[in-house]
Amino acid sequence: MASEAIPAPRRSILGAAPSGVAPGIAITYLSLIVLLPLAALLWVSTGYGWDQFKEAVTAPDAVAALKLTFGAAFAVVAINGFFGTIVAWVLVRDEFVGKRFLNAVIDLPFALPTIVAGLTLLTLYGPQSPIDLNLAYTRKAVILALLFETMPFVIRSVQPVLLEMERDMEEAAASLGANRLTTFRRIILPTLMPAILSGGTLAFARAIGEYGSVVLLSGNVPFHTEVASVHIKSQIESDYTAGAAALSLVLLGVSLLVLLTMSYLQRRGLRHAR
Amino acid sequence: MLARYGLRVVALGYLAMLLLVPVGMIVYHTFSSYGVGPVWNAMTQPDAIAALELTLKVALIAVPLNTVFGIVFALMMVRSNIPGKAFLNALVDLPFAVSPVVVGFTLILVYGQNGWFGQWFVDHGYPIIFSTPGIVLATIFVSLPFVAREVIPVLREIGTEQEEAATTIGATGWQTFWRITLPSIRWGVVYGIVLTTARAIGEFGAVAVVSGSVIGQTQTLTLTVDSAYTNFNPVGAYAAALELAAIAMCTLFVMNLIKPRRKT
Repeated sequence: MASEAIPAPRRSILGAAPSGVAPGIAITYLSLIVLLPLAALLWVSTGYGWDQFKEAVTAPDAVAALKLTFGAAFAVVAINGFFGTIVAWVLVRDEFVGKRFLNAVIDLPFALPTIVAGLTLLTLYGPQSPIDLNLAYTRKAVILALLFETMPFVIRSVQPVLLEMERDMEEAAASLGANRLTTFRRIILPTLMPAILSGGTLAFARAIGEYGSVVLLSGNVPFHTEVASVHIKSQIESDYTAGAAALSLVLLGVSLLVLLTMSYLQRRGLRHAR
Repeated sequence: MLARYGLRVVALGYLAMLLLVPVGMIVYHTFSSYGVGPVWNAMTQPDAIAALELTLKVALIAVPLNTVFGIVFALMMVRSNIPGKAFLNALVDLPFAVSPVVVGFTLILVYGQNGWFGQWFVDHGYPIIFSTPGIVLATIFVSLPFVAREVIPVLREIGTEQEEAATTIGATGWQTFWRITLPSIRWGVVYGIVLTTARAIGEFGAVAVVSGSVIGQTQTLTLTVDSAYTNFNPVGAYAAALELAAIAMCTLFVMNLIKPRRKT
């Protein structure tokens, strides 16, 4: 952009692009912090080989933990997908006293440390429950903890879509005689679906790795309430590195797959929208 | 009308059961079951203070590092033509996809006793696992993406016109950054810092794996909640949980103050 008379800026037209050693340091930092440990996981797992991997992930206690983890994650995504959409709808379309406060506290599960969330839920739904509802050390407790931790995802991804959605389509449908359910099913839901799915995906990835909120509440009973991350922790403590590495790889692989699929679908969706 | 109230009741009921009542309960339970005095005593125990100090110390190291990294990284992603952007962009999000326990485990694989560099660090007098550096590394890992994720969209939005203008009239890259770029992205940066801090203070799983949780030495506040509860010291657990909940409330408050401003 600079004209001939002015000495050409060193860093081209891109303005404040970091120059000198800054990019190198940033990439080194990222590699040391994130890439190196994950490379170690891959390296160690490869070192143990396929047989050990298969043995570790087909061990009955590992299978039970993985089944519980993925099953609970699916259940939680479905429940939070349903209720989260309703909450987002109410927060955008409804008017009532305290709405702004409610909108502000939605992010609390992101701000509250997971172990505090676990203790919190245990206080209300544990052995000393003041409402006489003791879910502690059951599979329902696992679901409860995951519901709490992943609650904001769907709400926060649906909300902006609802805010931007024009009402004329709904009005047109209504004026053509569609009842509210038909309008919802044919007009509103298809518009919201990508947002519900992308929120649900993030929730799923978060749920399968969750540890802190589950650990106090679930009792960690093997074959019953022990989720994958808790199982990995106990394998680490008993120095069963091959097992911990195999299960870690499964968790990591699944959440990567899920997140990459989502970002692929999103990019495709964006192209469609344009 | 009926549908509207029905939906409102469902939404409020869901939020109340899952969020509002439990969080209200923990505050009420802490004081009604143990009383203000014992809770205060538990909070001011030397070990509890050591845990608070360690938590803050770790956050004080992790947050500035991740903030500087996040800004530089965001500038690289939006303003540079470096190769491999898509890969780097995916890499920076990885910490969101990894279970905290797995984070801790991978650190053990690198810095643990039988890990790649563990013995070297121990020989040179800086053990990492079961020690503060391990806690710092775990915390940096899990809170790495926030600033970058917040700043990248803001940078895209503000465009390059003003930066180009500054460059054209002879500003150096450094001057352009301080006078033009940083002021325009400041709310995004601040929002990212708030999220990073909250995560750094509240991280539990990754820290639990690498710290060894030695009371008074490598025990953070979140580890105190767990170890006090499982060692039949509920007052200690609830006192630490209350401190963390108070920090979370402040975080939430600040988040909501900044939210409307962060998009330019």
